[in-house]
Amino acid sequence: MNSIRIRLFAILLATTGAVWLFAAAWIYASTQAEVERVLDARLMEAARMVSSLITDHRIEPSAAVDAAIANAPPPPFKQADGSYSRQLSCQIWSLQGSLVSRSESAPATSLASHTDGFEETEIDGERWRVYAVVNPTLGVRVLVGDSLEIRDRLIGDVIKGLLVPGIVILPVLAVLIWVSVGRGLAPLTRIAEGLAGRSASELHPIDDGTVPREVRPVIRALNSLFGRVAEARDREQSFTAYAAHELKTPLAGLKTQAQIALRTDDSTIQREALSRISTSVDRTSRMVRQLIDLAAVDASQGAAKDEPVDVAVLVGEIASELETQLAANEVHVAVEFADRARQPAVLEADRILLRLAIRNLLENAVQHSPKGAEVRCRVSASQSEVVVEILDQGPGITVADEARVTERFFRGSTASGHGSGLGLSIVQMALDRLGGNLTFERGGTWFVARACFPSDRLRRASS
Amino acid sequence: MRLLVLEDDEILLDGLKVGLQMCGFTVDAVTSVADADAAIEADRFDAIILDLMLPDGSGLDVLSRMRRSGDRTPVLLLTAKDEVADKIAGLDSGADDYLGKPFDLDEVAARLRAIVRRGHGRAAGLLEWNDISLDPARMSASRDGMTISLSRREFVILQALMETPGVILSRSNLEEKLYGWQEEIESNTVEVHIHKLRSKLGASFIETVRGAGYRLRTLQ
Repeated sequence: MNSIRIRLFAILLATTGAVWLFAAAWIYASTQAEVERVLDARLMEAARMVSSLITDHRIEPSAAVDAAIANAPPPPFKQADGSYSRQLSCQIWSLQGSLVSRSESAPATSLASHTDGFEETEIDGERWRVYAVVNPTLGVRVLVGDSLEIRDRLIGDVIKGLLVPGIVILPVLAVLIWVSVGRGLAPLTRIAEGLAGRSASELHPIDDGTVPREVRPVIRALNSLFGRVAEARDREQSFTAYAAHELKTPLAGLKTQAQIALRTDDSTIQREALSRISTSVDRTSRMVRQLIDLAAVDASQGAAKDEPVDVAVLVGEIASELETQLAANEVHVAVEFADRARQPAVLEADRILLRLAIRNLLENAVQHSPKGAEVRCRVSASQSEVVVEILDQGPGITVADEARVTERFFRGSTASGHGSGLGLSIVQMALDRLGGNLTFERGGTWFVARACFPSDRLRRASS
Repeated sequence: MRLLVLEDDEILLDGLKVGLQMCGFTVDAVTSVADADAAIEADRFDAIILDLMLPDGSGLDVLSRMRRSGDRTPVLLLTAKDEVADKIAGLDSGADDYLGKPFDLDEVAARLRAIVRRGHGRAAGLLEWNDISLDPARMSASRDGMTISLSRREFVILQALMETPGVILSRSNLEEKLYGWQEEIESNTVEVHIHKLRSKLGASFIETVRGAGYRLRTLQ
């Protein structure tokens, strides 16, 4: 059952019903005992009364029988037909076995054959409870009995009197329980309605001061989820806003250059404008790619797929890919592997993240290198880490900018005016995911960017 | 009109420079806040275009420094942020107008002409003197409905003279309007173009004030 209301309703109704049934059974048993005790006492009293009346000869036996029955104490239970008292039967037998007298309602045959005390007998299919007392003075046996059927009816009536209101009340009770449970669950409904009425952007927490104590843990968990979702959404929104913002500048450049190309009559100016448009398209598409990369790194949170990657091979691939792609920069990329045979540069890591980190680092170096310069790429490995060093002869990054250079869209003071300000933030984010770090170093004309990736064993131990 | 443009994206900067030159402006370009400050200190411009986000600061800083020092040169802000709050902040910092990227070259030119015009206290788009009217938007002059076509340099000189009628502009004043920093000044350009203008507009339209410069002649 998946509804708290139905579950509570069923439990409450079942327990209430069970309690009721138990009470009925209890009352049935105790009523039966009580009825037995009282009616037995009555039989006994009536018999003794008849016996004593005839002993004193104050009255004829037949009259005594009627008097005894007429004066017998009424049963303590009210009866619908009021006929109970007439069901008492009395017989007086001589000890020799002849009937001396009997009451009107008594059968002609002997009610019982015993001489003293109680006995249950069956006469003509009717069950009787009979009390016998012997009057030794007169030599007679007095029998007083009543029909067991009557007794059963009596008890049945008591139980019926108990069960009928129960059966009538039970549906009322059911309705009350149903409504009460509903009322009890109203705070939940209110919360649900509040949540259902929210728009996608309403991620404020639910006020947990007004909710019932039992629901509070759920509300707290929900609020914490709201917090995380809002945070992710804000990050995404600010990212989208930034991305849109950053794309507008190259778009403005494209538009003005296109307008120049359209309206000038000077073919030199036109050619120049067109070539700038082409350059700008390349840069903008690189920026779009980087934005997608950044979103990919962002999305990789918790979804990284580790596999063995030979960093040396990967760097070689990226270098040759970049060299053909960035042929216009006329920058040569030289890849060096330090003692690969002794310690292979294999990492157990997510290949996509690793590729993004190294590619953007290398691309950054190529972008900032003067034309015709060389970019060196060194891969070395030790027991504990794999290090990728990228050396370029560009302007480098000033110490002051170093801390900010991995911020999104930050362009250093030595920036060339055509970078997106995204490359190093992609590197930094990917390295964060990979558990690596990025450092910079200046040595002579070379600027070194060093990415250290802890080898698998170390990474596992630290995490 | 002489403009200073501050923008760090080199392709956009080049586009603004070439495009606005085609619209009859003389453009000096800088790519950093520091260069812009230096240029504003050293030179006089008819209007300044400022980008907001630059590697070494914000165009708004340049603007507020200008306004604090009493510089009233009209300023047009260019920015990729087009939220209302940014526009308000820009205008309240003392900018005369605001344009979001990407934009249309003609719109930039029109807005520049408008803020410069208002700076001179004029509302009308056309400049008029005697029977000549000059349309800066078309870079052409007309007399009695007859269009007189002008070269870019003729237009620049005529515009400078017609914006301040009666005021004498020296040769170097006019050269400033004609050339940006990178351009090499040819020694007799001003004389050559004044001569051409006189032949198109009538010999007496521009008078030479010996030893001082040129001005528009007032009809008696």
